[in-house]
Amino acid sequence: MKLEQSSLTSREILTPIVSVILALLVGAIFILIVGENPIEAYRVLFSNSLVGMDSIAATLQRATPLIFTGLAVAFAFRCGLFNIGAEGQLYVGAMAAVIVGITFSGLPKVIHLPMAVLAGMAAGGIWASVPGLLKAKLGVHEVINTIMMNFIAYFLTDYLVTGPFHGGRWTPETARILPTAELSRLLPPSRLNTGIIIAIAAIIIVYIFLWRTRLGYEIRAVGFNPTAAEYGGISISRNMIMAMVFSGALASLAGVEQILGVHGRFIQRFSPDLGFMGIAVALLGKNHPVGVFFAAVLFGALRTGAAAMDRLTDVPRELVVIIQALIIMFVAAEELTRRLMQRRRRA
Amino acid sequence: MQNILELKNITKRFPGVVANDKISLDIRAGEIHALVGENGSGKSTLMNILYGLYNADEGEIFLRGEKTKITEPRQAIDHGIGMVFQHFMLVEPLTVFENVILGSEPQKRGFIDFRGAEKEVARLSREYGLRVETGARVEDISVGQQQRLEILKALYRKADILILDEPTAVLTPQETEELFGVMRNLKEQGTTIIFITHKIREVLEISDRVSVLRRGKLVGTKNTSETDRPELAEMMVGREVLLRVEKEKAQPGEKVFSVSDLEVRDQRGTKRVKGVSLEIREGEILGIAGVEGNGQQEMVEAITGLLRADKGKITLEGKELQNLNAMQIKKKRIGYIPEDRHKRGLILDFNVADNMILGFHTEPPFVQRFFIRDERAIKENAGRLVEEYDVRPPNIQQQVSTFSGGNQQKIVAAREFSRKPKFLICSQPTRGLDIGAIEFIHKQVIDQRDKGAAILLVSAELDEILSLSDRIAVMYEGRIVGEMPVEEADEKKLGSLMLGGEARKDRGGDTVETGTE
Amino acid sequence: MWDYLVYFVNATVLAAALRMATPLILTSMGGIFAERSGVINIGLEGMMLVGAFTGMLTSYFTGQPWLGLIGALLAGALMGLVHAVASVTYKVNQVVSGTAINIFAGGVTVFLLRWIFDVAGTSPAVSRLPVVTIPLINRIPLIGPIFGTHNIMVYMALIIVVLVHIFLFRTVWGLRLRSVGEHPKAADTVGINVFLTRYLAVIVSGAMAGLGGAYLSIAHLSRFGDQMTAGRGFIALAAMIFGKWTPFGALGASLLFGFANAVQMRLQELGIPSQFVQMVPYILTMVALAGFIGRATPPKAIGKPYEKE
Repeated sequence: MKLEQSSLTSREILTPIVSVILALLVGAIFILIVGENPIEAYRVLFSNSLVGMDSIAATLQRATPLIFTGLAVAFAFRCGLFNIGAEGQLYVGAMAAVIVGITFSGLPKVIHLPMAVLAGMAAGGIWASVPGLLKAKLGVHEVINTIMMNFIAYFLTDYLVTGPFHGGRWTPETARILPTAELSRLLPPSRLNTGIIIAIAAIIIVYIFLWRTRLGYEIRAVGFNPTAAEYGGISISRNMIMAMVFSGALASLAGVEQILGVHGRFIQRFSPDLGFMGIAVALLGKNHPVGVFFAAVLFGALRTGAAAMDRLTDVPRELVVIIQALIIMFVAAEELTRRLMQRRRRA
Repeated sequence: MQNILELKNITKRFPGVVANDKISLDIRAGEIHALVGENGSGKSTLMNILYGLYNADEGEIFLRGEKTKITEPRQAIDHGIGMVFQHFMLVEPLTVFENVILGSEPQKRGFIDFRGAEKEVARLSREYGLRVETGARVEDISVGQQQRLEILKALYRKADILILDEPTAVLTPQETEELFGVMRNLKEQGTTIIFITHKIREVLEISDRVSVLRRGKLVGTKNTSETDRPELAEMMVGREVLLRVEKEKAQPGEKVFSVSDLEVRDQRGTKRVKGVSLEIREGEILGIAGVEGNGQQEMVEAITGLLRADKGKITLEGKELQNLNAMQIKKKRIGYIPEDRHKRGLILDFNVADNMILGFHTEPPFVQRFFIRDERAIKENAGRLVEEYDVRPPNIQQQVSTFSGGNQQKIVAAREFSRKPKFLICSQPTRGLDIGAIEFIHKQVIDQRDKGAAILLVSAELDEILSLSDRIAVMYEGRIVGEMPVEEADEKKLGSLMLGGEARKDRGGDTVETGTE
Repeated sequence: MWDYLVYFVNATVLAAALRMATPLILTSMGGIFAERSGVINIGLEGMMLVGAFTGMLTSYFTGQPWLGLIGALLAGALMGLVHAVASVTYKVNQVVSGTAINIFAGGVTVFLLRWIFDVAGTSPAVSRLPVVTIPLINRIPLIGPIFGTHNIMVYMALIIVVLVHIFLFRTVWGLRLRSVGEHPKAADTVGINVFLTRYLAVIVSGAMAGLGGAYLSIAHLSRFGDQMTAGRGFIALAAMIFGKWTPFGALGASLLFGFANAVQMRLQELGIPSQFVQMVPYILTMVALAGFIGRATPPKAIGKPYEKE
C-alpha cells in the first residue's frame, strides 16, 4: 500500500472516485436483476441521504462511528500495521464505557461523561496493545491476532451483557446508562449526537499528531521504512505498540459513540460490522484523516439512503453492503483503476 | 574445441544504469570459464539473461551454433543450461531430494515416484562425488551441502552447461577445495562450467579461460595459463581515470576514536568481525579497503548501535560507546553515511525536509514543547542544506524517491555533516553515483577532515580509498590484515591483500602487517 | 472424577463434536490449499456463506441436495476465482481482498434471499443430504455410537482430509504447490508456473469452503439463515493455523474446537460460562502463533504477491 505525504495528490483523489463509480455501476447490475431502474433507485438512495436537514443529520450520525474506525485503521496503516481488529476493540471499549456509565451515580456530567469516554478508549487501547506487543516482541503477524481478538471480544462482551451486567429485561442488553454519561442529541429527531464533534476533533488531532509532532514522524518513518527508521534512532517496536494502542483507542470511540449517544445501553452484538467497514473507509480515504471523513460520509449516506430505497423500491437494502464491498475491491486494485484511467485518456 | 555458447552484443538496461553494455562472450565446450569483475560489473545480470530470468534489451544467444531465444527458465533448462544462484533457490522445509526433483518429478499417474527419485538422486550424488543426505530437510543441512544440492539439481535436469554464481562466497576454504574437486570431476565428464567469482586466486587455480567485466563492459578474455595476478587485478579494478582529489596533507591531532578487539555477529548469528582494532585521529581519514562481505558492514553497524558487539571496546574521546543504541550514538555527534541509502539512509516516501532531520528529529530546534514539530526550523534547515550541498531540484517539499541517486546521496551527506560531527563514518559513500556527484561528495569528505573530524571510510573502490585516505587498513574475513600510510600503498599491494593473497598465508599466526603505528 | 469424565467424554458428546467439526474440517482444508500456495485467505467465511446459500438455493429449485452440493462447490470456486484475480493478478492486498469478499458475501446472500423468497432471516426448508449408517462400524461398541450414523457429508469430510494429505505430500502438484508457497522464485527457476498454481489453489480453496457452507444449509440443517456461518470460517482459519497448515493437524484442531463447542452447554451447568469455552479456539491459536505450543510457522511467501522481473 502506497502512502503519501500530508496532502493528497490528484491521483490519490481520482482513484477513489473512479472506484466508487465502478462500484455503483456493478451495483446497477444487481438493481437490474431485481427488475428496477438503477437511475431511479440511486436517485431515491441519494435524495434521501443527502438532501434535507433530517437526511443529512441521519447520514452524519451513521458516518460518526465510521470516522472513528476509519481513523483507527488508517492510523495503524501509517505505521505499516493492518488492524482488522477494530470490531473487537470497539466492543470492549463500548462495554467499558457502559460500565462506567451505569455504575458511577451522583457525578456531574462534566466528570462522568469524559470518564466513560476515557474508560472506553483505555479498554480499546489495551485490547489492541496485545497484537501490537506480539508483533513487536515476537514478530507474530498482527492480522491473525486481531481477527482472533475480535472473537474473544465478542464472547467476552456476550458474557458480560448476559451475565454480570445484564439489565434485567429478557433481551441481552445492559441497564440504561445514567443521563450524566450520555452524549447529547444535536438535531432531534435524528440520533446525531455530540459524538460527531468528538469525531471531527479526532480527525484534527490525528492529522496534527501524524504530521506535526515528532511522535507522528516516528510512526510514519517506521511505516515507510523500518530499517531507515532504526538507523535514525527510532525504536521500531515501541512505535508499533504505540500505533496499535492509539488505533485501538480510536476504534473504541466508535463503540462509545454508539452506546453513549445512540443506544444508551450495551446491546449484544450491536455493531453492524463498523470495524470491518473501517477498513473500507480507510482505504477509500487513502489513509488520510480528511479522506477518511469523506469516505465515512459516503458510507453513512449509503446506509441512510438504503432504508428509503428498500421502502420505496423493490431493491433490498443489502445492495449498499454489496456496493461497499465492491468499493473496497476496486480501491485496493489500484493497478486496475490506473489502467482504466489511462485507457480513458488515450481514447 | 568448439564454442558451445556464444553471446553476441548483449545489452541490458535498468532504470539509470546499463548493466550489460554490448557484451560478446564465447564459451567453449568442456571448459571452465571464469567470469570475474567487481560488484556491480554486470556478471550476474549477464548470467540471469542466459538463464531466462531477465530478458535482454538487445543481443543474441547462439547455443551449439544455433540462434536461441531464452525468455523463461524452463527454456534454459530444456536447452541443458543449469544455474546455481548466489542466493540459493532452495525450498527450505522440503527435503533434499524433493528439491532436486521439483519441477521435473519422476511420476506414475501424478504420484511422485519417491523410490525411483531417491535412487536416481543417490546415483548422481555418487557419480559426481556430491555428498548430500538426500532425506534431510534443506533447512537442516550445511551451506556446503546446500550448494552441492544445487549442483545436483542442475545435473538431474541433464545440464551440460553449468553456471556457478559466486559459489565460493559462502564456503569455508575446505569446502571451496571440495567444490573445486567436484568442478574438475564435472569437467572430465564433459560439462561446461561458467564460474563467476571476484577472487583471482580461484580463477588461477581452477579456470581454463577467464573473461573480465568492468562496469557492464567486457574488458577481455584470456587463457588462464597466459595471465597472472597483476594483469587480472589491473583488468578488474581498471587503471583508467584515477579520480584525483585535491587535498592537503593531513594534520592529525589527538586520538579521537578507537576500536579494540571488536567482535560482532550478524543477524543470523555468524561471527563476521573477529577481533578488529583501529584508531583514528582528529583530522584524519582511515580508509578500510576490502572486498565486500568481509565484515566491514557489521563492524560499522556495531559502531553505530545497529548491531550488538559481542566483545571489545569502542571509544570516542575516551568515553565508551559499545552497545549504546542508535539514538544515543547520534547524540554523541557521530555522523554516518550508510552503505545502502535506500535501505538505511533515506525514507524515500518522505520529502527532503523530513529526511534532513532523520535522527535529529527529537532535538531542538526541530521540536518544541509537547512533541510539536517546529515546521519553520525544519524548513529553514532543509533550505540551508539544499543550497549548501547543491541538491537539485532545490525543492524541499519534493519526495526523495523522485531525486537522482547523486542528489539523494547529497541529502544524506548534508544531514550527516550538518551537525559538525567529531567522528564520521562513510560507508561506500559514492556507490552508483556519476562522476560529478562523486567529486562533490569527495570534496565534502575532505572538507570535514580539514575541519577536524576523524573519518572512517569504508569502500570497495580502491580508487576511492587511495585518493581520500591518509591511512589505509585492509579487512579480510573479519580481520584487519594490513595497515599502511597512503604513501606506501598502491593498488597491487592492496589488491593482493584484499583478495586474500598474502593474508591467506598469514592467517595461521594471525600476524598483521602494521604501518606507521 | 470418573463420573465427570464420562459426563464430558461420552458417545453423545463425541458424535456431536464430530458433527460440529465437519464444516470446520472442510473449510480448513480450503484454507490449507490457499495458504500453502502463498495466498492468505481470510475470505473463507464469505466463501462458506455463499456456498451455504447456493447449496440451499439449488436444492430448493431442483429438489436435489446432491446438485445443491455441486452448486455450493461451484459458487465457492467462483468466489475463490475472484480472490485469485484480485490478489494474484491485480496484487490487491490479500487481507483486503478477503475482507471485501466477506462483506460482499454477507450482503449478496441476504439481498438474494429477500429478492427470491421475500424473507429476511431464514429460507424455506429444502431437502437435504441423507444421513447414513455404516454397517459393521455401527455395531462396534464405543466406536459405533460415535462414528456409526451421521450425515454423509461428515464421512466425506474425513475422506477429503486423507485425499488432501495425499495430494499435498504424495503428488507432483502437491509438491509444486508447497514450493510456490515457500519460495516462488525457486519454483520459477525450475520452470513451475507460479501464477497458474496460485490461481488453481485459491479456486480449490473457495470450493472447499463452499462445501463447508453447504454442510450447514443442506446437511446439518435444511435451510439457509442470514449470517448462518457465524464466524466458522474464521474458526476454520484458526484450526488451520493451530494444525500447522497440515491436513491432519487441521483435522485434529477442528475436532478439538468441535469438542469445545459440544461440551459448552454441559460446562455451563457446572457454572463455567459457555462464552469462555467458545473463546478457547481463538486463544489457543494466538498462543500457538506466539510459539508457545511448538512452532506454528506459516508458509514463507504468504501474503506476498509474486513479481517477475
